[in-house]
Amino acid sequence: MSAEVFSVFYQFADVFAFLILSAAGLAIVFGMMGVINMAHGEFIMCGAYVTVGLVNLGVPLAIAQILAAVTAGLIGVLVEFLVVRRFYKRPLDSLLATWGLSLIVTQSMLLIVGSAVRGIGTPEGSFAIGGYTFSTYRLVLFGCAVAVLVGLYIIFMRTRFGVIARATMQNAAMAKALGARTGRIYAISFGIGTGLAGLCGALYAPTMTLIPTMGATFVVESFVTVVIGGANVLLGTAPAAVLLAMIRMTLNASYGQIIGQIGMLVAVILIIRVLPEGLSSVLVRRGR
Amino acid sequence: MSSRRKLRMVLLGAMLGAAASTSLAQAAEPPLKVGLLEDVSGDLAFMGMPKLHGSQLAVEEINKSGGILGRQIELIHLDPQGDNARYQEFGRRLLNRDKVDVLIGGITSASREALRPIVNRTSTPYFYTNQYEGGVCDASMISMGAVPEQQFSTLIPWMVEKFGKKVYVIAADYNFGQISAEWNRKIIKDLGGQVVGEEFIPLGVSQFAQTIQNIQKAKPDWLLTINVGAAQDSFFEQAAAANLNLPMGSSIKVMLGFEHKRFKPPALNNMHATANWFEEIDTPEATEFKKRWRAKFPDELYINDMGYNAYNALYMYKSLVEKAKSIKLEDMRKVIATGDACIDAPEGKVCIDPKSQHTSHRMRLISVGPKHEVKVEKDYGTIQPYWLGEIGCDLTKKNDKDQYTPSHLPKKS
Repeated sequence: MSAEVFSVFYQFADVFAFLILSAAGLAIVFGMMGVINMAHGEFIMCGAYVTVGLVNLGVPLAIAQILAAVTAGLIGVLVEFLVVRRFYKRPLDSLLATWGLSLIVTQSMLLIVGSAVRGIGTPEGSFAIGGYTFSTYRLVLFGCAVAVLVGLYIIFMRTRFGVIARATMQNAAMAKALGARTGRIYAISFGIGTGLAGLCGALYAPTMTLIPTMGATFVVESFVTVVIGGANVLLGTAPAAVLLAMIRMTLNASYGQIIGQIGMLVAVILIIRVLPEGLSSVLVRRGR
Repeated sequence: MSSRRKLRMVLLGAMLGAAASTSLAQAAEPPLKVGLLEDVSGDLAFMGMPKLHGSQLAVEEINKSGGILGRQIELIHLDPQGDNARYQEFGRRLLNRDKVDVLIGGITSASREALRPIVNRTSTPYFYTNQYEGGVCDASMISMGAVPEQQFSTLIPWMVEKFGKKVYVIAADYNFGQISAEWNRKIIKDLGGQVVGEEFIPLGVSQFAQTIQNIQKAKPDWLLTINVGAAQDSFFEQAAAANLNLPMGSSIKVMLGFEHKRFKPPALNNMHATANWFEEIDTPEATEFKKRWRAKFPDELYINDMGYNAYNALYMYKSLVEKAKSIKLEDMRKVIATGDACIDAPEGKVCIDPKSQHTSHRMRLISVGPKHEVKVEKDYGTIQPYWLGEIGCDLTKKNDKDQYTPSHLPKKS
């Protein structure tokens, strides 16, 4: 019996971690900053490839993963400076620009690195409960997802940078008039977003096949989680991931992956119909 | 997008121009145009790349040794990027505008079924070079890869005998996975075994924690893994991490997707497959072939069976044209009808079956060990593609243009 209970928790944790880790970066870039970043998946791929490259050079996995996230973050700052900065007032054009970037990056990776890279293998470790065996690393992923949420809360709610960043996103002109260096705030926020995308790729790299288009498998989940969450990243994304994970896990377990995926997307459509502003609109109103 | 396409057309034009001028110098007759549709970008690029390379190698060899009926071959390759709509668009372009003499290619069964109606409107021969779920009875199509009676009718009884009667199936959710699973149900039933679970996975899904648990709940003796594409292949890594540790069988793993080269050992440990080609074959003919391939493409990740079949397709085409002394499909089919359409391939002699236009193959059952070493467990010798003929497909008499499965058989007339 306890095995069944644990397995339900494990499956929930697994889907939840996937949704949070793939959506966290996008929640900042799209949810807060309003940039429709179609290259989100490519930042995830970047994190995965850097991790694998470093591990093959002999760097320990955990350090490689941190370095990969940092790399993706720095590339993000560069991309913000070169491309995204020009599109803050034209969100639909930012969609096109970042989509173009995504095409260029996947095709360049294909030409430079090749069509497939050998995986590095998941860190050893599994445990058995009842008749089931579980991978320890999947629980590490869950722990990382929770840590990312806590980290975001601290950065954006408990630091001076967070206050200024939120002020900038709400009213850039006013924030600037009050002395905030909004250009730098935008760049750093975008960098944090892409760094989290890189972290997602870095964490999932050992468990997946590495190909240049691998980011695409994360993109649908990340966009629906952010959209369901609504404008308030901190109040929206986590409950959105909990809700979608519950729906998907239940359907996956009872009816298989096809129904699980269909069910999740149907739920997304229904939620957007009823709450066009996302879950956070309800939560924020309650809070007031 | 449009500028990218324009650039590609300019490049293509330049290449065609160059090819045309060199071949004009060599031969008075215009070259034979071979249209090739293979994915070298997109999700299946890692499998499609060897197909392009195999075709290029064969074209180079044939051109060097004098071409086909004295005519050089001009290879026109377009990259549909794994998109079935592009397969149709590019197929039309090759058939109607470039007026190719033969069309080759397609990776997934979905892309083949997207192309077939377009090919059927022309009188151009079409070579499909993958192993697949079988059953296509179509006079325009010549199939070079292995089919279920060569792969499943060998593998499944062997797995049942060695590991047990209870099987769990993980299959990609499109025509290939669905029809392959149907084949498994039929064969398992005939053997008195039991399918204890069947799970169809949407393409692009990469997370399998729940699937792994469903498998453990069903307690099968072995797994049939016919999951497709890079995302779904993540199953192996995740199953190994969860210590699932079950024997596995497949019609597409190892020799086609070279998962044993892409994943860190022991993720593919205890995988079994039946194949007409895998790079580890070490007969003298195969070794010689691999040497030529590696000389031209030293960085090839793996010479997979699709790439090998694509190479054979051009030699089969050459043989058919030279025996028929014609490039017309109807004349080539007269050669096929004699049962004499054979070539000496690196695996040994392979022939086209007149009734179904599918190819006979020397089949071997291979297994993967804990260090991902590949071992031949059993050599079945040459197996004919007999199933379509048995159920009543006879292309020498009637062109059905249909795909049959164990539950969709031809109407008795």
